[in-house]
Amino acid sequence: MKIWRTIACVVLLLMVGVSLSANWLAPDGYAKQYREAAGAPPSRQHWLGTDEIGRDRFARVLYGTRISLLLAPAAALISTLMTAFVGGLAGYLGGAWARAAMAVTDLFLSLPWLFLLITVRALMPLNVSPLVSVLVTFLLLGLLGWTGAARVLCATASSLRNSDFVRQARASGVRGPRLFWIHVLPNLKPVLYAQFWISIPAFILSEANLGILGLGVAEPLPSWGSLLKELEGLVSVGEEPWKFVPLVLLVVVVTSFQLVLSNSDEVAA
Amino acid sequence: MSHRKTVIAMFATCKKAIPAGVFCLGLLIGSATGQGELRFCLRAEPKTFDPLKVEDDASVAIRYLTGGVLVRLNRHTQALEPELAQSWKVSKDGKQISFKLRSGISFSDGTPFSAEDVAYTVQQLMDPSLHSATGDAFRTGPGKVETKVISPTQISITFPAPVAGLDRQFDQVAIMSSHSPKKEMAVLGPFMVADYKPGATLELKRNPNYWKMDEQGHKLPYLDGIHLDIQANRDVEMLRFKRNEIDLINSLDSEYFDKLSESSANVAHDAGPSLDSEQMWFNEVQKAPIPAYKKNWFRSANFRRAISEAVNRADMAKIVFRGHAQPAIGPVSPANKFWFNAKLKPQPYSPDTALKMLQADGFRMENGTLKDKDGNAVVFSIITNSGNKYRERMATMMQEDLQKIGIHVNVVTLDFPSLIERMTQSFDYEAILLGLTNVGLDPNDQMNVWLSSSDNHQWNPSEKTPETAWETEIDKLMRAQASSADAKKRKESFDRVQEIAVDQMPFIYLVNKNALSAVAADVHGASPVILSPQTYWNAERLSVK
Amino acid sequence: MLGRKIARHGIAILATALIGGLLSATLVRLAPGFDADEAQLDPHLSSESIQALRQSRQEQHNIFHFYFQSLQRALKGDLGRSLSLGQPVSELLRQRVPLTLRLVALGFFLSWAAVLALALSTAWLRVAAYDGLATVMSGTLLCIPAAVLALLSVLWNVPGALAIGLIIFPRDYRYARNLLSKAHAQPHVLAARAKGLSELRILFWHVVPVVAPQLLAVAGVSVSLAVGAAIPVEALCGFAGVGQLAWQAALARDLPLLVNITVLVTLVTLLANSGADVLGSVLRGEHA
Repeated sequence: MKIWRTIACVVLLLMVGVSLSANWLAPDGYAKQYREAAGAPPSRQHWLGTDEIGRDRFARVLYGTRISLLLAPAAALISTLMTAFVGGLAGYLGGAWARAAMAVTDLFLSLPWLFLLITVRALMPLNVSPLVSVLVTFLLLGLLGWTGAARVLCATASSLRNSDFVRQARASGVRGPRLFWIHVLPNLKPVLYAQFWISIPAFILSEANLGILGLGVAEPLPSWGSLLKELEGLVSVGEEPWKFVPLVLLVVVVTSFQLVLSNSDEVAA
Repeated sequence: MSHRKTVIAMFATCKKAIPAGVFCLGLLIGSATGQGELRFCLRAEPKTFDPLKVEDDASVAIRYLTGGVLVRLNRHTQALEPELAQSWKVSKDGKQISFKLRSGISFSDGTPFSAEDVAYTVQQLMDPSLHSATGDAFRTGPGKVETKVISPTQISITFPAPVAGLDRQFDQVAIMSSHSPKKEMAVLGPFMVADYKPGATLELKRNPNYWKMDEQGHKLPYLDGIHLDIQANRDVEMLRFKRNEIDLINSLDSEYFDKLSESSANVAHDAGPSLDSEQMWFNEVQKAPIPAYKKNWFRSANFRRAISEAVNRADMAKIVFRGHAQPAIGPVSPANKFWFNAKLKPQPYSPDTALKMLQADGFRMENGTLKDKDGNAVVFSIITNSGNKYRERMATMMQEDLQKIGIHVNVVTLDFPSLIERMTQSFDYEAILLGLTNVGLDPNDQMNVWLSSSDNHQWNPSEKTPETAWETEIDKLMRAQASSADAKKRKESFDRVQEIAVDQMPFIYLVNKNALSAVAADVHGASPVILSPQTYWNAERLSVK
Repeated sequence: MLGRKIARHGIAILATALIGGLLSATLVRLAPGFDADEAQLDPHLSSESIQALRQSRQEQHNIFHFYFQSLQRALKGDLGRSLSLGQPVSELLRQRVPLTLRLVALGFFLSWAAVLALALSTAWLRVAAYDGLATVMSGTLLCIPAAVLALLSVLWNVPGALAIGLIIFPRDYRYARNLLSKAHAQPHVLAARAKGLSELRILFWHVVPVVAPQLLAVAGVSVSLAVGAAIPVEALCGFAGVGQLAWQAALARDLPLLVNITVLVTLVTLLANSGADVLGSVLRGEHA
């Protein structure tokens, strides 16, 4: 497995390197509209063709990688930490704490957060820079995306609370935060890693959907999410397979993250 | 006894057989019915079946197919034709209209139709508490509407103030029965609602009492019924059309037009420029919560003209709409042959001229950024409704066009309610890109857009008094054409309105979209037009084989 | 003890659902566009009609008053009237809930059948290539937008429930696979293996029972994910379910409809998760 982990690391570093080199690989940028070649198939000038208004798709994939590869894992980290905090602590403390935390979690799962997001957009100035808009979007996703795994983590932590090794640690005089940090939290890693891994593509896709509320990445900035939305034109996409490139890249990145995390998990176990 | 029983039995059999026989005979003589079921999609759920309360597109479609009207605007010839009314007369002052109605007509439930029903419908329509868009179109002045039933087939209706194009307005008024227990479900149109599964399907079936016949004396409609699916997604609608699950797409997206044309000849139709337009406007509301320096820009006609000149409309028509649109000239599409001011010149595209115009106003370029005379960088946002990919693309193209003259544009897509709130209540926006659809031919349909006191005077609604001289002039001209029955005088007034609109640019008109539709080869009698409904305007004469 | 726990859960469910309804109403009320109606852009409408449209939601401006009145009416079986569709909310829900329930239930079961089959076989076989393949497959499904999966189900004429199943499958699989993998590394499993027990026996006797409470928690959460997945699937596939209704209501800011749908979704979420909690407690032996 070590070889696969190495390959995964190399792939991720390559992605980061390529996205940082976008200025050299696609010097014309992601916004220039080649209007005489709108909707063109791949060619020597445009390796992945152009989009509906003539922007080079290859350039947009490169620049979009920066946004998605950097911000989606960051947001996933935020949501994972919140999951650990809410779910892990609730399960560890048990009793009324766990019940209250899980009631709040269930509420979070059920509420129509669409309206909170619409309100956030309304509070932001219309002329906010695309970068600020996308930062706010991913921050919100991170802050709202923890609920799914919190319950699972709570159940896992509850199981661990009365396990032999925790009892032993407690009997040895280890208490409170130290007990949680040293003995319980490491054993929650499988769920936390799963949460992190799932959140990356989920947030990339959610960012694109938030465009309907005015959040997300604003034109002309590209993101993988907005590129993936092209796949919704299914009627035509079958004849334009180059539109699947962002999907392939996302699958490669997600798989690479999983390979890196899986191996860490086995080492920890 | 047995003989008597036999005779009674024979008589009973004959009694049962006679209606069936007459029915069959009737079929042979008077009908070319049984010509299939038409299937297409509605893009949203109809909000009401009450024809007087109709506002949304889906409900308008149902009203068109089921409602009987006194006069019908032929969507093909654009001429007004008699329907339930054999003839009509509009008074010289435009306040009164008299109808001579056809006789021997019944509603779908058998209730007889008479002038009482017309009077009832009009009274219901003009009830101020109804707040109906159809009714408001007749409400040109305060006062009560008088209806006078002269005979079962004659009625006169008097309005308190002149109504421009009075007869044409009745194309939207579906007559309701004054005494049917089925209320709005008793109809006079070619079809009636048979079944409705909310969110899923709507079945219309032939109205057995429909009065119209074709030239050969066959009863109309030819179709047995119409099956409507509620389907908002255009990709799925297109998929279903390609799979022959539906027979027509009333409003086809331009990106599907070419693909459809490639795969099947004579299925995709381009009827030419429609009356619809896409336009943007700047926020000129005095109390808008935007910086004062931006208000100064937006309220400058020179600024607006410069922006207009810097936008490449031809590219938008060619790229966004794949050539199925024309650069717009003014408020009226050239497809509106009578009302379009043919003297207006096409909007020029010249970034250099645009820059010169701005420089004349004190703007200057600094390191690729345009700044006003106070040194403020020219940055503004254009908002449009999300989910409309054409508008999003147009806005992005404008972003690049204006970047060439140093103007930085932020494109923001918002959900429609949020956009409407900014546009009509908080006025917290800088520029909006929207469109006008289902536009009527008569300029009176846009009265509330041009009158400065109106809520729909979009760039600066509900002005207590017109804030500019040109708005004062437009108010005067619109009122003049609304109160005149002379078509020539009305045209002169409205031509002048168009000249002012093009000169002052409260709206920057971008493109007039073409009327695109798709009709399966199995459908006979279809002749797509530019007026809505494009494909089934002659639904009673369509058939599916 | 178990009875008390169930009763406690029941009260908590009711209280949480009511709080959820109020919070949801507050969110909708405070969000921009609440008083906006597309109809007011109709140029035919007079000023009075536009004002009347704007006033039509006046009674909903005081959210506490509105919610309290809604609750009072709900006790009598009247769930109010949808503003956007003009029909009684109870009638709309009655027509649509069965379809969504069927769709979600079938999607859930399809997903979990695949999750258990794949996760258990991965845990049993413990072959890196098999695990890798399952990871790539679930990762690919995770990367496909839900709308695309829904459209594919239309394109390939497969049931919408399969689309829902495919949307929730990768998340559930990942949790299940990680939990089973972690449990396999426990000391008691090593001891069992050292004693010569077969992998299958180890899996079903020593691994699954340990992680069962967590798997139940995953299943509980995936019910609410399945309900969420129903929205794009119903909207795109044209199913007249609650998901489609929720989306229309959200776009129209239809407060009576949204509040009732939120309460319904909250109840479903709470029931699923509370059920998982109770069962998990039983399996952990907290109620002898």
